[in-house]
Amino acid sequence: MISAIIVMAAIGLVLGSVLGWAELYYKVAGDPLADKINDILPQTQCGQCGFAGCRPYAEAMARGEADINRCPPGGEPGIQKLANLLGVEPKPFGEGMAPKPKSVAVVDENTCIGCTLCIQACPVDAVVGASKQLHVIVAELCTGCELCVAPCPVDCIHMEVVHETVSNWKWRYPVFPVHEEEEAAA
Amino acid sequence: MSGKVYPIPGGLHPAEYKDISNDRPILVAPLSERYVVPLRQHIGEPARLLVKPGYSVLKGQLIGAPEGRISAAVHAPTSGRVIAVEPRPVAHPSGLPDQCVVIEADGQDTAVEMQPIAWRDLIPCELHQRLANMGLAGQGGAVFPSHVKLAPSPIPIETLILNGAECEPWITCDDRLMRERATEILQGAEIMRHALGASRILVGIEDNKPEAAQAMQAACDQLKLGNAEVTVVPTRYPSGGAKQLTQLLTGLETPSGKISTDIGIQVFNVGTAYALYRAVELGEPMLSRIVTITGHVAQPVNIEARLGTPIEELIRLAGGELPEASGHLIGGPMMGFELNDTAAPVVKAVNCVITKNLALFPHHPPAMPCIRCGQCALVCPASLQPFEMYWHAKSKNFDKARAYALLDCIECGCCSHVCPSHIPLVDFYRFAKSEIIAADRASQASEIARQRHEFQLLRQEREKREKAERLGKKATERLDSGAVAADDPEAARKKAILEGAIERARQAKEAARPQNTENLTPEQQQQVDEIEARRTAPPQDTETQA
Repeated sequence: MISAIIVMAAIGLVLGSVLGWAELYYKVAGDPLADKINDILPQTQCGQCGFAGCRPYAEAMARGEADINRCPPGGEPGIQKLANLLGVEPKPFGEGMAPKPKSVAVVDENTCIGCTLCIQACPVDAVVGASKQLHVIVAELCTGCELCVAPCPVDCIHMEVVHETVSNWKWRYPVFPVHEEEEAAA
Repeated sequence: MSGKVYPIPGGLHPAEYKDISNDRPILVAPLSERYVVPLRQHIGEPARLLVKPGYSVLKGQLIGAPEGRISAAVHAPTSGRVIAVEPRPVAHPSGLPDQCVVIEADGQDTAVEMQPIAWRDLIPCELHQRLANMGLAGQGGAVFPSHVKLAPSPIPIETLILNGAECEPWITCDDRLMRERATEILQGAEIMRHALGASRILVGIEDNKPEAAQAMQAACDQLKLGNAEVTVVPTRYPSGGAKQLTQLLTGLETPSGKISTDIGIQVFNVGTAYALYRAVELGEPMLSRIVTITGHVAQPVNIEARLGTPIEELIRLAGGELPEASGHLIGGPMMGFELNDTAAPVVKAVNCVITKNLALFPHHPPAMPCIRCGQCALVCPASLQPFEMYWHAKSKNFDKARAYALLDCIECGCCSHVCPSHIPLVDFYRFAKSEIIAADRASQASEIARQRHEFQLLRQEREKREKAERLGKKATERLDSGAVAADDPEAARKKAILEGAIERARQAKEAARPQNTENLTPEQQQQVDEIEARRTAPPQDTETQA
């Protein structure tokens, strides 16, 4: 009886210490789930989700404190991916959060007074300029977050929708004209 | 005469229709009144515009400079005046207009001075630089900038393959070019061999072009080219694909996701070799190409057309379209696309224009469900499983489609051609491929945005820390310097800081004075006074605007 207790206690101790060592040795810095969520988010850093950027929103989702339908730039595919990752049902976007077409901010060169407020607002440093110098937005870097539009004291920034051109055109989903089928049937 | 031919998988033999356009010599198009030259005629970045409306240009003058690493130059096809730079209809599957330079010809056709390049005296690197502004782009269909392919590569190029297979039905422009200008093509190949440091040249020609093969062999013998071989390959579409021809001639298969350059082989179209010959031996940039005008036209013919010639003019030169024409195809029937507007110009990629009628090109029958017969897999030259890729592309399951190596699909159209259910398989692959490529681009962009945002947070943190450190250091210095009143140390310290700041500001203001106001002549002084007077009495409206 006593020997059995001692043996069981010894096994418990050994296994416990192995587990304790593994806990320390294989500790993962940061939250791997938040990283995975962050990889899905479009990184526009627009704050439409109510958080100060994509990373904080990802962390809130990982803690289960935020809903998955708060990222309009990610669109429906983004919600789908988040739902798959987190094992929840996809939801539609809430009121006033419908996705918009991709656009970039453009500075009106005749109005800009060089106040640097948009430079400070841009989350990805896509505005080039200095105090009392004309500011220019680098279109390739602009994420279309619109955060620079509100701070401008002279309202010289507007959003321009990125139109389809020969270089960003995509092949359409194949569809068959109905008249051809009618002809074939006739 | 013929070298060894290795087997390749898949392929088929569609009706050729080549004999209706290959029996007449190449027709040189007369000068047009107007040329429309797109700035994007190649894969990569469009050329950077160098002219404005109103500029006079000469034939061969650079009007678009290459922008970025993968780009090609664009030249004026004749002398005249630039009348517009605007979006115009172009030959593109989207039907979208693109930025074009419109040149009104003056009829003189005055050329810029063209200097031949003494290529034998140049090392490959120098030759590559000299070719960068020649506007050469692959004429087989991919229009990849040729000077980039001719640049010294980290992988030594052993073999240069000249692609004269021309496997697509209807097209005969390479056939006619090889029959009539074989010597020039092979001289171009010799320059390519020098630039690449390759040891051997292989020319692949399908056996439905015996005259072209004979002409190329004769030219080869006449030029006494060493280690060059003209090989006749069986007529089996798509033997003219770069990877397929490589395997036919060398037995080497290009690995998935790679190009033939990665296995030490560089493939060029015969038309590109001819354009290179003209660029180097005559100093003439790429200004024209041979275009097959065929199908439902009065006199199908190959035309040497300047880049920028409206396609409708070429159709007129071929006798005009016959009654009941039902549209136009750019390229061949297997890989080509519909042309929306015949006002679109000839560009470096346009090798063939087919006028359709309903007898030759009937309406596509409605697609029926896939019956899993496997015909498509048998004919696939890339050894893919087209039916699997079709299901995943159709259900927009792009990750799965990619796992079935969709990106290795060369869009040859063999699977669509044999499908007994008439499913337009390639349309689905093109759709899925462009979605995958767009998604890749978006994820690259979001990765860049993430890095830039994280760096910004890091920078703001660092600036905050540095500012706190600086202020802390200043405060301690001040405390240490003993500027502290005995009765109330805190108040005295603040006062001292304030006074110091005010004093510094005053000194700075005094120290700032204009640097060039000494030794002025009376006239200058008077000007200065006038300006000062204007400045002190400003009109009200400018004041409020500021």
